[in-house]
Amino acid sequence: MGWFEKKAVKAEIPPTKALWAVCPKCKSHMAKKKWKDNNSICPKCNYHGRLSARERIRQIADEGSFEEMFREISYSDHLDFHDATGDYKSKVEATIAKTGETESIVMGRATIGGHKVMLGVMDFSFMGGSLGTGTGERIAKACETALAEKRALVIFSASGGARMHEGILSLMQMAKTSAAIGKLKDAGLAYISVLTDPTTGGVSASFAMLGDINITEPKALIGFAGRRVIENTIHQKLPDDFQSAEYLEKHGFIDKIVERKDMKAFIAKMLGYFTANN
Amino acid sequence: MATKKKSAATAWDRVKLARDAKRPHLKDFIALITEDFEELHGDRLVNDDRALIGGFATVDGVKMLILGHHKGATVEENMEANFGMVNPDGYRKAMRLGKLAEKFRLPIVTFVDTPGAYPGDTAEARGQAEAIAKSLEVFAGLKTPIVVVITGEGGSGGALAIAVGDKVLMMENAVYSVISPEGCAGILWRDGKEAPAAAEALKITAADLARLGVIDEIVKEPAGGAQKNHAAAANNVKKAVLKALKELSSLPIEELMEKRYAKLMKMGRFN
Repeated sequence: MGWFEKKAVKAEIPPTKALWAVCPKCKSHMAKKKWKDNNSICPKCNYHGRLSARERIRQIADEGSFEEMFREISYSDHLDFHDATGDYKSKVEATIAKTGETESIVMGRATIGGHKVMLGVMDFSFMGGSLGTGTGERIAKACETALAEKRALVIFSASGGARMHEGILSLMQMAKTSAAIGKLKDAGLAYISVLTDPTTGGVSASFAMLGDINITEPKALIGFAGRRVIENTIHQKLPDDFQSAEYLEKHGFIDKIVERKDMKAFIAKMLGYFTANN
Repeated sequence: MATKKKSAATAWDRVKLARDAKRPHLKDFIALITEDFEELHGDRLVNDDRALIGGFATVDGVKMLILGHHKGATVEENMEANFGMVNPDGYRKAMRLGKLAEKFRLPIVTFVDTPGAYPGDTAEARGQAEAIAKSLEVFAGLKTPIVVVITGEGGSGGALAIAVGDKVLMMENAVYSVISPEGCAGILWRDGKEAPAAAEALKITAADLARLGVIDEIVKEPAGGAQKNHAAAANNVKKAVLKALKELSSLPIEELMEKRYAKLMKMGRFN
């Protein structure tokens, strides 16, 4: 939780020089344009890099179908939170100005392969995709809409975990979203969770792990505790593939690793199974 | 420090009290408030996690399921209890026993006291994230009254996993936080030694949490803290728990469930 605060890594376009990209997984260099043209996927190791919420929606929702909702629900500085580097309000306002988003998840009605869904996509560039009260409220509201309109719920997660600047109420969003999703599932509606790079902490430990099916992309980082915290606890180096999509699949927590190019078709196909007799 | 008055315990003072090894822990509460306790072991999958204990209990004639984090007063006890840091197996045991209580219409009382869920490689391999997530979903939906008591450290997701309920009580010197003050200070202050400042900023005391609507009631502690007088502390907890259970058991189950859901949905809903 919280390592998103480190400003050095912006993995969507791995830094170094203006023209060069470095894959954060295999460290191979390539022209930035090549990285972009390959849909932010490393041509060498097939790591599926981060996408903005808007780009993801463009790739997943049927063309012209996305209708954004809850944009007015935003962050809350109910603790008047200040730390050594400044105050939360200024930080989050700067993020809003930079990203054009008002929370870490973009939510709305859409269709995917003709299936009616509520589609939520987290954006890691918004405060590390952290789970704030606004994020939780958007998800809870989405569940209510999905119930009322008999829609499936599809969420793409990308998050470092809870947003500590919002204190305990940020933690409570884990319970809130899990309860709302539980109610949705009990009503026989489908929830597909797509855990993208990275999904950790309080987000993996709540709504992201509760899908009727949980899917991910190659080499995504998924876990609860941070690697360094674990290494300091057990006094051992962890293997490279620890907390990777492949590791999670091997241990039984992911239904399938899906390539980005196949993602939309796969989700549409699953929704086809879920709605065949229902 | 010159302005410090005797009533103005800082957030950091409370953190130290909440972590005091002499503070009453789960086994003390069980010994002091129950007439009968039968521990039930295991998750039926791989393990019996000693960091999370559960069993049937009778308190003043009222039969219930007790679940709680197990922390010890000595090094030996803490080794057994993994310092109250639960593995996925512990949360899966809690869910199993919770469903058992639901089936036989027994109320559930949970005692929360953990630095956090165990951050270990085997915990990750067995799905720590999934176990916590599933606990949140399951406890939100269990059709039986649930009373939660935050007795010491409410450490993030590892605490919350057994802290979803109809009434949340919190002892006066307990703390409950999204991240440990040290962890937060390490990230936002770049220095773990700034933990007292982080503790203040995070708003983690019982009074703060009551103001934020996260807890329903503060349970008074004896003068100087619960570690000074276990019996008095436990008696206050017992009275508060029984009062809460009485109130909850008078509600029809549908209403109880609606209220629990509404309570969760209200968390962080501003306007």
